[in-house]
Amino acid sequence: MSAAPAPKAADGSAAYIGRFKVWRGDADGGELKDFEVEVNEGEVVLDIIHRLQATQAHDLAVRWNCKAGKCGSCSAEINGQPRLMCMTRMSVFAPDETVTVTPMRAFPVVRDLVTDVSFNYTKAREIPSFVPPPGVGLGEYRMRQEDVGRSQEFRKCIECFLCQNTCHVVRDHEENKAAFAGPRFLMRIAELDMHPLDAAEEAGLDRKSAAQDEHGLGYCNITKCCTEVCPENIKITDNALIPLKERAVDRKYDPLVWLGNRIRRR
Amino acid sequence: MATTETPGPARPAEPSGGVHAPGRAAIAARHLRTDRWWLAPAVTATVLTVFVVYSTWRAFANADYYAAPYISPYYSPCIATDCVNMRGGADLQIFGPWWGLSPALLVLIFPLGFRLTCYYYRKAYYRGFWAAPPACAVAEPHGKYTGETRFPLILQNVHRYFFYFALVFAVILTYDAALGFRDAAGHWGHMGLGTVVLLVNVALIWVYTLSCHSCRHIIGGRLKNFSKHPVRYRMWGWVGRLTAHHMALAWGSLVMVAVADLYVYLVASGAFADPTFF
Amino acid sequence: MTRVERHTYDVVVVGAGGAGLRAAIEAREQGLRTAVICKSLFGKAHTVMAEGGIAASMGNANPHDNWQVHFRDTMRGGKFLNHWRMAELHAKEAPDRVWELETWGALFDRTKDGRISQRNFGGHEYARLAHVGDRTGLELIRTLQQKIVSLQQEDHARCGDYEDRLRVFQECTVTRVLKDEETFRAEGGRGGRVAGVFGYVRESGRFFVIEAPAVVLATGGIGKSFKVTSNSWEYTGDGHALALLAGAPLINMEFVQFHPTGMVWPPSVKGILVTESVRGDGGVLRNSDGKRFMFDYIPDVFKEKYAQSEEEADGWYADPENHRRPPELLPRDEVARAINSEVKAGRGSPHGGVFLDVSTRLPAEEIKRRLPSMHHQFKELADVDITAEPMEVGPTCHYVMGGVDVDPDSAAATGVPGLFAAGEVAGGMHGSNRLGGNSLSDLLVFGRRAGLHAAEYAAELDDDRPRVSAEQVDTAAAEALRPFSVEGGEPGAPGVPAENPYALHQELQQTMNDLVGIIRRAGEMSEALHRLGSLRERSRSAGVEGHRQFNPGWHLAIDLRNMLLVSECVARAALERTESRGGHTRDDYPEMDRRWRKTNLVCELADRSGELAAVDPSAGQIRLSRRDMPPIRGDLLALFEKDELLKYLTDEELGT
Ligand code: SF4
Ligand code: SF4
Ligand code: FES
Ligand code: FES
Repeated sequence: MSAAPAPKAADGSAAYIGRFKVWRGDADGGELKDFEVEVNEGEVVLDIIHRLQATQAHDLAVRWNCKAGKCGSCSAEINGQPRLMCMTRMSVFAPDETVTVTPMRAFPVVRDLVTDVSFNYTKAREIPSFVPPPGVGLGEYRMRQEDVGRSQEFRKCIECFLCQNTCHVVRDHEENKAAFAGPRFLMRIAELDMHPLDAAEEAGLDRKSAAQDEHGLGYCNITKCCTEVCPENIKITDNALIPLKERAVDRKYDPLVWLGNRIRRR
Repeated sequence: MATTETPGPARPAEPSGGVHAPGRAAIAARHLRTDRWWLAPAVTATVLTVFVVYSTWRAFANADYYAAPYISPYYSPCIATDCVNMRGGADLQIFGPWWGLSPALLVLIFPLGFRLTCYYYRKAYYRGFWAAPPACAVAEPHGKYTGETRFPLILQNVHRYFFYFALVFAVILTYDAALGFRDAAGHWGHMGLGTVVLLVNVALIWVYTLSCHSCRHIIGGRLKNFSKHPVRYRMWGWVGRLTAHHMALAWGSLVMVAVADLYVYLVASGAFADPTFF
Repeated sequence: MTRVERHTYDVVVVGAGGAGLRAAIEAREQGLRTAVICKSLFGKAHTVMAEGGIAASMGNANPHDNWQVHFRDTMRGGKFLNHWRMAELHAKEAPDRVWELETWGALFDRTKDGRISQRNFGGHEYARLAHVGDRTGLELIRTLQQKIVSLQQEDHARCGDYEDRLRVFQECTVTRVLKDEETFRAEGGRGGRVAGVFGYVRESGRFFVIEAPAVVLATGGIGKSFKVTSNSWEYTGDGHALALLAGAPLINMEFVQFHPTGMVWPPSVKGILVTESVRGDGGVLRNSDGKRFMFDYIPDVFKEKYAQSEEEADGWYADPENHRRPPELLPRDEVARAINSEVKAGRGSPHGGVFLDVSTRLPAEEIKRRLPSMHHQFKELADVDITAEPMEVGPTCHYVMGGVDVDPDSAAATGVPGLFAAGEVAGGMHGSNRLGGNSLSDLLVFGRRAGLHAAEYAAELDDDRPRVSAEQVDTAAAEALRPFSVEGGEPGAPGVPAENPYALHQELQQTMNDLVGIIRRAGEMSEALHRLGSLRERSRSAGVEGHRQFNPGWHLAIDLRNMLLVSECVARAALERTESRGGHTRDDYPEMDRRWRKTNLVCELADRSGELAAVDPSAGQIRLSRRDMPPIRGDLLALFEKDELLKYLTDEELGT
């Protein structure tokens, strides 16, 4: 298609006809379908999918909302790389390159680019929530900026589930889904464990051990794919998973800490 | 040979598992990446293999590890009676003459364990050698995966103890580097290329060791309220800045250790004369 | 009877943005079984796009702040067209609603002494916006989402079922509010109590009915009727239309807020929001001559409050006590109009906006810290580094002040027992123009109130529950299925070709943007009404291909009904109001007219039975009427100087 003449878009900027392969189908099967679509300057992959919808495939299923990388709806795999469609600019591809768009491959497919992400909502429910400190009333919370900074980084998460999709623990091993919460929700445990006022411990809930025993922290082999694909650039592995592993070590594998706790409890 | 360790698309995947599990989008290819995703694991595996081969040879060699005043980092501290006399160096003669093997084997276990359980090297060899996963969104060839949940990989959790030992080693190597300012006869006021090599080596060892994730945790990461520990918070910040470069430091210090050893070897074996500055 | 999935709940909340989730939490905490229905996935609502913050007079940044000051700012911003009672409740309750979020795990940015940090925003006298960088909306949604999860965990611990008393139906669209069989018939298809909702599951296309005596509408806005908009596809005016169809009136629909700063380049992101915090944190607007033009656009009513020179304005950031505010922080309507005029006068930026510059005002590090997502957004989408160069911005359709006419205290919709509305879909709170930061607090304050009163209403009914008739369900199903069997049949079949819903939608957006946009003229609006009429006719033959499973073409065809209804309300009301005020600017009536101040324009369905098919297409579907607003309570009026009130209120309103 590189030979295709470059028509001028309405505003005079260069446009070209791009080649795309888009996966179409549902749980019963499907295939990569070829399309040729106009591509204009400054566009992102989601624009192309929308143009396909409006002109060639009215029933092409795709999730999206904000088109600004803020809602985490438009997750897909573009040339095999897990990405947000609305944040993948067409200018990163050569005009003669065929761009392949498929749904996320770790989750069951619903239709076309839409997958069933209920795995993530199930996992979200299994993480014990924030435990408010007893006796601290409305407007009485006092937290320093430096104390909330770590958890704030994790709360930037837009729940695009790209990390959950890419993590090989579940992507390549369906059978691990039951035992493994996935990076996004292990990070949620880290977030709560680092929350300066979370009173889980006082309430008898040990998030550190639970991460290891109940949410599958040990499955993570810190190979960092979650960090690589996170569109919010959250340092999931370095700032959440590894610290959480270290915290679990504190609880479970550190004889000094263990001894200290025994003595203090007396 | 290392590159063959990284499984290309050639190896068949379990047809029923992973990305081909029932219900997922029916795409035959195990991945659709078009970039050179195999490059990083291939390079990792190659360099690590070269390093392991070289180090094994050197560790068992039991020769050419001391060229006064320089000692190879592989043999420090030297804690067997058959170590060469190092004149004030870290040779402690803890192990008697019954120890017939290379004294390097007695101590290398610690730096080896430190690096083997290092969070970065784990990533590197899991990807490079085990292909779990070879690269992101590239299906791995294994039918089953339990990660670090059970023996032996659960032992990775001991990393912090190796970190404590690594600190000791860093101190000893610093001492060795300082001794590099003496001449072969033991008089202070010398500096040769070897001194520089040992200094750079120990500097890299220090930053690598301090950039350890366990270090970051122990320094401050384990705290819930930073504001109550302002000093540790500051230090946590510094360590954190190093930790962000942990990968680069890991590679840098790995290569440098081998270079330092090689340098001592070359000088000790007489293949090269240490240029002296003063 | 059509085969549908059926559920029974006490309260149904339509919409899972800030207001919807807050309502659901409240209803569930009252002990009632609550369902939430949302078009997207749980946690993706448009609220996540809110960047700036939540306005609440906690007084953390400036101890002089209190609810009275907040109330005054809100009334001024809305040009006194706000329902005073709503503005009062809002100002009073906002701090508690924000603090409550903290107890649910929210982590706002902090002050030095550990309280919630507050930032400056347009139209707010003091730094008042609780915020988290520039992703406050995300924090709000995530906190509410996680609170819902925690309530579900409570239920799970109690009875083993997460969804026992609170369930989220995600990716479902409601197409009709259903009425009580008996009262519906008795009143000749007119009034009647609410009995539930009808909708479809987007994924499967299957229909469902949720029977519930109380329905809370929290569907957000109507921005998708306009071409250049900051709103997502969800904003098709569903709640507005559902209320109309259920027999409830809308008010203030002529007031549509155009946010002054949306991205203008590249074309595919045109309209995406550039947060007002850029200006609150020091960003300034310049035209192509490099001039800070806002000084030329300070209206008389605001003359005393805003700086007249650059020095004075710049001094304000550090020392707000002794300086007046920079005019960049005028209410949004003023700034949007100013930008519009500059561009029209030929002093715009290369891509038809003006320059918003923060790069020369703050150090790069500071910009990245305070405006991380703006930095990210411009870098990724436009290749612009905002720490080094100015942004290009222009007005974008952002918010509709108008909405369902509600009782201020209970959020109950007028005339339809059991129907409640909160958030953007409710009208009155913001008058003719909303202040930045007031929407998030509005969601929380009135979301809670709607949930509370819906729960009370439902609880009081006991056994006297409304019932859904099979006939209504059949009608609703038939209406939803129309696009599959339009006149003209399958595309390509002989006869009239089916209309492409995407093309219709684009025409609608173009029409509203060009003819009922930021500056309005009588002739253009009449033309718009004419075009809307023909679009409505054509939309009846909007056809789709494929099947019902996740079919976006079909979804759009159904949403068109709502957008057309709402657009007609906007156009009719805008044509009627012969003055300029807030989010309604008439080229032919450029002045604000005190006599119009106390008048609300009320839109109702012309045929109250809700049967759209029966209406003659040329006549339109909306009947417009005027209604006087209740006089402002004396003690609230006393919060203002008489001089100021004279600018807004007529002499006889003041005389008594
Ligand atoms: S670092 Fe851990 S959680 Fe992240 S992708 Fe790798 S294995 Fe999964
Ligand atoms: S952590 Fe990052 S990749 Fe994972 S869901 Fe959140 S935003 Fe997406
Ligand atoms: S559409 Fe919201 S992240 Fe892409
Ligand atoms: S040395 Fe790498 S993490 Fe400790």
